[in-house]
Amino acid sequence: MAEIVVNNLRKDFGDFTAVQESSFTIADGEFFMLLGPSGCGKTTTLRMIAGLELPSAGEIYLDGEEISQLPPSQRDIAFVFQMFALYPHMNVRRNISYPLVSQGMKRRDVRAKVAEVAKILGIEDMLDKPVGGLSGGDRQRVALGRAIVREPKAFMMDEPLGALDAEFREHMSEELRALHDRMGATTVYVTHDQLEAMQMGDKIVVMNNAVVEQFGTPQDIYNKPATLFVADFIGSPSMNFLDFNGAVTSGASVVSLADLSVEVPTQLEDKSGALVLGVRPEHVTLRDQGDLRAEVLAVEYLGTTQIVVLQSVFGEIKARVDAVQTVAVGDQVALHFRSDTITLFDRATGAAIRSSLNDGALAHG
Amino acid sequence: MAEVIIEKLYKSFGKTAAIVDMDMTIEDGSLVVLLGPTGAGKTTTLRLISGLEKIDSGSVSIDGRVVNEETPAQRDVAMVFQQYSLYPHLSVRDNLAFPLRSPILNTEKREIERKVNEVAEILHITSKLDNRATELSGGEMQRVSIGRALVRDPAIYLMDEPLSSLDARLRADLRIELKRIQSELGSTLLYVTHDQIEAMTMATHVGVLQEGRLVQFGTPREIYENPNSIYVAGRLGLPRINILPGDLFSGLGSEVDTIGLRAEHVEYGAGQTASVKRVEHLGDQTRLHLDLRGHSLTVLSPAGDPYTAGTTVKIQPVNPLCFDVSGNRIAGA
Repeated sequence: MAEIVVNNLRKDFGDFTAVQESSFTIADGEFFMLLGPSGCGKTTTLRMIAGLELPSAGEIYLDGEEISQLPPSQRDIAFVFQMFALYPHMNVRRNISYPLVSQGMKRRDVRAKVAEVAKILGIEDMLDKPVGGLSGGDRQRVALGRAIVREPKAFMMDEPLGALDAEFREHMSEELRALHDRMGATTVYVTHDQLEAMQMGDKIVVMNNAVVEQFGTPQDIYNKPATLFVADFIGSPSMNFLDFNGAVTSGASVVSLADLSVEVPTQLEDKSGALVLGVRPEHVTLRDQGDLRAEVLAVEYLGTTQIVVLQSVFGEIKARVDAVQTVAVGDQVALHFRSDTITLFDRATGAAIRSSLNDGALAHG
Repeated sequence: MAEVIIEKLYKSFGKTAAIVDMDMTIEDGSLVVLLGPTGAGKTTTLRLISGLEKIDSGSVSIDGRVVNEETPAQRDVAMVFQQYSLYPHLSVRDNLAFPLRSPILNTEKREIERKVNEVAEILHITSKLDNRATELSGGEMQRVSIGRALVRDPAIYLMDEPLSSLDARLRADLRIELKRIQSELGSTLLYVTHDQIEAMTMATHVGVLQEGRLVQFGTPREIYENPNSIYVAGRLGLPRINILPGDLFSGLGSEVDTIGLRAEHVEYGAGQTASVKRVEHLGDQTRLHLDLRGHSLTVLSPAGDPYTAGTTVKIQPVNPLCFDVSGNRIAGA
């Protein structure tokens, strides 16, 4: 199995830059997510690692070997597409055995290998069925089987669950993650679904407009966002942003939003001008007393918790509170923020201001 | 706006019964969400109410009047489909005004303009009013088709997964917006979805359908906290409720065949020992995937996330839902 190092990778299509100098390291055996909105360059990055696109600049190392200019067939990487491209005229067994047969493996070995893979995926009873009649999930299992059977150094997956409905996707994503835990193969997985990335990934690269915005563990990305984009893209509902004009000074642990003082993690930079205070909905609490007044606009019940939408002088703020708390539309409340979770941003650049919370996690890819 | 009463409704397609003996009252001003998997009969129910399908037996009454024999136009309902169907040759403004220009309604010109502007504002499409309908993104087109229903003042709005083709962010915004519009106007709305978040957040009442039958009807809270069967319990809740054999934990009656344990309904430090297979950090919550004597279950990690993969943890259910052999809830247990 393999470690993949991506170093200053860049891809231009004519005048259009699809991926700007990106660098990150995928450790051996990691389940690695490339996350971002459509058009951000995540699929292009994946295709460059697999060899389906050649980079305009930069290098890709697979287990220490520079592979960026090698054809896909010499990279020992398996690719699983969103549209489970199966051979429609072959049955399940022949679809899975195809990569082995074309490598010239002996028939007896192929049979044994296919049986083993079918067992891992729980599709032993459908080996002799045509692929035409299979459900979406089974087709995706067959496509996975065809990738696994080669025992490649790494797997590339491009939204492999995107075509499945929500309920089944949840089930398949668990199955896929469990499969990865059993096999331990390095996997690079592209998705635009932040929840899927948080649920399945060991590490996440967040991309936007061809740029790597942040690279880290799901917890770090969620708790210590490096940019406004990441803070907004990760989490549902997303982080609340309170715009204000003001200043922070290095060493300060209080920031003034007009006449409101808010405790924040100790700041490590000097910044002034248009700033943004970011606080996640679950770190907003509703109380009777306090300086930041708000009115309840709407309440969304979610079973364990509820989302309260509030109107304040800083615009709409969402709070996630326990479902047992009674909240009614029209209630006048005061808002409090959990101070050690707050991130401040520079509005102009979108970058997070360094603090005791995020220091160390702000390394960009 | 009006109350809609469905009695003993039955509909079959060939030999397949699509709706079986459905009784349901949609109160004036309520937002009822029909929830169920594909093929449960959600869309058929909407189409029977709107008159797009003929009723085999039973009745639908709108505002006290049985409408079984009325045409869709006579029933005074407004329907929004999953696939937006706009007039491609008309502007957004004309698409929105179209229902009001119907000779049956005969609305004054000035009133039409006022209504169209108001609805465009609500749905954030004011700047697109003079665009051709085909010059819009998918999300905008769907907002226009919702808008075309909103300009009217029908007895009931019927919506068939109107948000399912939109991206996650827009869906979350429009869901709050729709709910707000509905409660401000006091409209009656019947809404079909298979998205449980929409059902929980928008509904005043949820009707759970299973193979053409209405198996439970109540507020989202009642359905979540007090489901009458395993099937209903599995419709709401993320992560999905854990269904485990009743004898896995001691202290439950012998009639208990299975228990339903929501992810948050566990107590740590006592009870059975389970091994932690995986820890999922989702930001606002952390989930533990456990293995308990060969049964997998997903629970919420206690505050501070003290457990890591490969360790063991003791858990005890708190107020589990108890079900009998046929999957029905055992009352009082």
